[in-house]
Parts: sequence; C-alpha cells; structure tokens
Amino acid sequence: MLDDFMVRATLAGVGVAFAAAPLGCFVVWRRMAYFGDATAHAAMLGVALSLAMQMSIFLGAVMVALAMAATVNLLTGRGYAMDTVLGVLAHSALAFGLVAVSFLSGIRIDLMAYLFGDLLAVSRGDLLVIWGGAALVVALIASRWQALLTATLNEELAYSSGLDPRREQLILTLSLAITVAVAIKVVGVLLIAAMLIIPAAAARSLARTPESMAIFAAAIGGISAVAGLRAAYAFDTPAGPSIVCVAASLFAGFGILGWCRRHGM
Amino acid sequence: MRRPGRVMSLINVENLSVRYGANTVLRHVGLTVEPGEIVTIVGPNGSGKTSLFRAIIGATEPAAGRVTLKPGLRIGYVPQRLHIDPTLPITVGRFMRLGDRVRRQDCVTALDAAGVPDMLKRQMSQLSGGQFQRVLLARALIARPEILLLDEATQGLDQPGSAAFYRQIETVRAETGCAVLMISHELHVVMSASDRVVCLNGHVCCEGTPAVVASAPEYRALFGTGTGGALALYRHDHDHDHSHDHMHGQEAAE
Repeated sequence: MLDDFMVRATLAGVGVAFAAAPLGCFVVWRRMAYFGDATAHAAMLGVALSLAMQMSIFLGAVMVALAMAATVNLLTGRGYAMDTVLGVLAHSALAFGLVAVSFLSGIRIDLMAYLFGDLLAVSRGDLLVIWGGAALVVALIASRWQALLTATLNEELAYSSGLDPRREQLILTLSLAITVAVAIKVVGVLLIAAMLIIPAAAARSLARTPESMAIFAAAIGGISAVAGLRAAYAFDTPAGPSIVCVAASLFAGFGILGWCRRHGM
Repeated sequence: MRRPGRVMSLINVENLSVRYGANTVLRHVGLTVEPGEIVTIVGPNGSGKTSLFRAIIGATEPAAGRVTLKPGLRIGYVPQRLHIDPTLPITVGRFMRLGDRVRRQDCVTALDAAGVPDMLKRQMSQLSGGQFQRVLLARALIARPEILLLDEATQGLDQPGSAAFYRQIETVRAETGCAVLMISHELHVVMSASDRVVCLNGHVCCEGTPAVVASAPEYRALFGTGTGGALALYRHDHDHDHSHDHMHGQEAAE
C-alpha cells in the first residue's frame, strides 16, 4: 500500500494536518499567526545549513526555528515591537537561507521543493519523520492542554494556579518548531502558516468549546489534505498549494454558514 | 500579632521591593493575611497594588525581600480583566473546569454561591459585565480556596453592581470562612466591608481598621477631596452597626 506515491502523499498531508490542528488553535487564540509564519520562513535557513553540513533537514529546521524563537523573545521589549522583530528576522532568515542555498554548488537543489513542498516525493522515511513529529506535537499539547488553555486565557490566572506561563509558551514554541520542520516536505516553508491557521479559523464558527474547535480543525485539515491531493492529481496542479486552496474554500464556506446561522437565515 | 503563633499566616510579605528596570514600584512592603480576614489594599494609580499581587502569586520576582505563602495554600484568583479572544469558543461550564478534576456538581454549587446559577451552557462571550465577573468569582471558589485574591474585580461594573458584588464576597466569606485580599478603587464600598485596610503608595503609608486608615493624615493626603465623601458614606454605613464599631474601636486601640 505504501508503494503508491499517492497513498504516501495523503498520509503525509493528513499527518501534518493532525499536528497543525491543535497547535493552530493556540496560534489563533494567542494571536501568534505572524510568529508561526516567521518561524516557518526562518526554517529556510535551517534547510540551507542542513544541506551544507549534510545533516537531516528535520533537525536543521527545528534548530533554526528554535533559535529564531529565542532571538524574538530576546529582542522584543527592547525598543522594538513584536511584529517589527518578526518581520526583520523572518525575512532575513529566508533571504540568507536562499542565498546560502545558491552557494551550495556541489548539490543540485530544487528550491521550489522547499518553498512550496514536494508532497508527491514523500518517501517511507519521510513518512516516519512526519508521523513521529506529528505524534510528538499532539502528545505534547494534549498532556499540557489544561495548563496551555489557562495560560492562554490569563497569565495571572495561570500563576495563581501554580502554573508558569513561560513554560507553556516554551511548549508551544517547541511544538511550532517541530510542526514547521515536518511540514516543509508537505506544503513548503511559504505555506506552513496556512496549514496552522486556516483549519483552526474555519473550525471557529462550528465550535462551542476549545476541545471541539481543535477536533473540527483536525477534521477540516484532514479533509483539505485528502481533497487537495485528489484535486492536484486530477487537474495536475501543485499539491501543497492545492491543499491550502481546499482549506481556504472550507473556511469561506463555514464562515458564510456561520454568518447565516447567526442572522437567522 | 493578633493570633501570636497559633495559626500560620496565609500570606506573609516581608520587606518586599519590586523593580521594573530602573523603576522601583514597591519599597520595603510588609503585609500579612490571617485566615478568615478581609484585607483591602487601597492606593492611587501606579502605587504598586497590582505589582504586590503579582509578587504574591509568583508572577513577578521580588528585587528584595520575600513572599511566604502557607504551604499548599489554595488561592482563588479573580483577575482585574479577563480578555477572552473572540476566536476562542468557551462555555461557562468549560471555563469552570479549567482546573484538574473538577466535578460538575462543584461547578453548579460555585455558580450558585457566586449568584449566577443556570449558566453552564452559556458562551462566556455572551455574558454581561456583572455576570462575567461573577463567573470569575465562581471559578475562583471552585477549588475551595483558603484565600480569595481580587484585583479590582468590579472594574467596569456600575455602583449598584459592584456593591452587590462585594456583598456577595462578604456572604462567601461568612459561608466558607476564606480570607479575602482585595484591591479596589471604590473606597467607601470596600472599606466598610474590610477588617483591615492597607494604604499603599510604593510603600505602606498607613494600615489598620477602616476607621483608623480613613482618619490617618497619610490617607487623607493621598485621596484628598474624595475622602470626605467616602468617609461620610463609611460612617453612614456603620451608624447602625454598634457591635462592629465597637470591635473596630478595640482593634484601633491595640
């Protein structure tokens, strides 16, 4: 079954969607959308470094994403606004990554594969990394769910319940870095934030509790991956962007549905 | 001081200083809260009230001094504002179960005690300001706290609303015996309900029963013209409560 490239691609897409769903909810609730975007852009530098040092792209991307998060935390509150710091770091890292890749003369690299993903070329080894990473992210978030939720609602509330919001922030940052690293192959660094945010945002109008929003987001992400791949196959379109297009259509559909329901139509 | 060595203080703040960068917001602050008492912190804006709270719950590292909590102290915290992002769907029932292993029956009991029954299925975003604050109070009560911390908990409520809220606090204290430490601007309302008032302005300016603090020159210097009205209301409230007045007199004499 895993011999079929479409099956592998579908499994990879669904794996990323599952990890991105609960994490994406927190990204939306905490208004970290730009932070997720920046982490993903910075991963390009990680890709370049991994290729240069001939190590796993997953590791390189995780490390650069974490370094990026640490730098952001260091620089904010020192005279620069968060979005300025993110804008500077994200695009510099992306640019340096692209330039660095061009220096790697010995290796022939398809840049597009890293920018927009190369879902149809997913190997069994990639699948293992993607599902391993996704399982790790889901386990991390599930085990700290109550604490993450409390810290998201109110910092002081978290402290008074004996929690440390900084630790919860760290868990989210770590999850984000892992998700970005496993998603590069699937949607590429430019569209990772879309996989985080769009399914979660689409799930909002359906959900009454945080948990149901995460589950709806996972379902919407999974459906987008499956339907997007089928569309890509049928119409010969790029796989990653097709998945995001389906997710965006679902977002629009559920949004209109929710609006009609609220207005009694 | 009043119960020497018998019961451990719930909160003991010694010589606390808090700094943000070069800015010292609290200097050598001392404060204790005993089981069952209602203590109110008053002070102008920027007097360090919220910093003191943050230091007590461990959200701010003291620059000097220390904060000792009774080991295993159960704190019920009611924040000043709780902004729930519109993208976060959450029902009252789910909000109440934020802690570990909260039973449904406890939610119902706590909502009743806070004066907002039958709200479990409502979305938090659909509550009025008063209902929202009462749900926050209910959530704080659910873990059967030994002390309630209220940080300007009635901000955004109208006068009758906040008066009703503080009556609810007194009822809760009477029923559960928990101590209350609160910050408030509404001097006349909270002072009449307090056992002890601490007037803060970067340091503790004065401290004592409401009557003692209200007549202290430091307090009058801080609150100026507004004090007359607050004091009048305070006295009015207690005209009819002789035993209460008497108790205050005793404590003031200590």
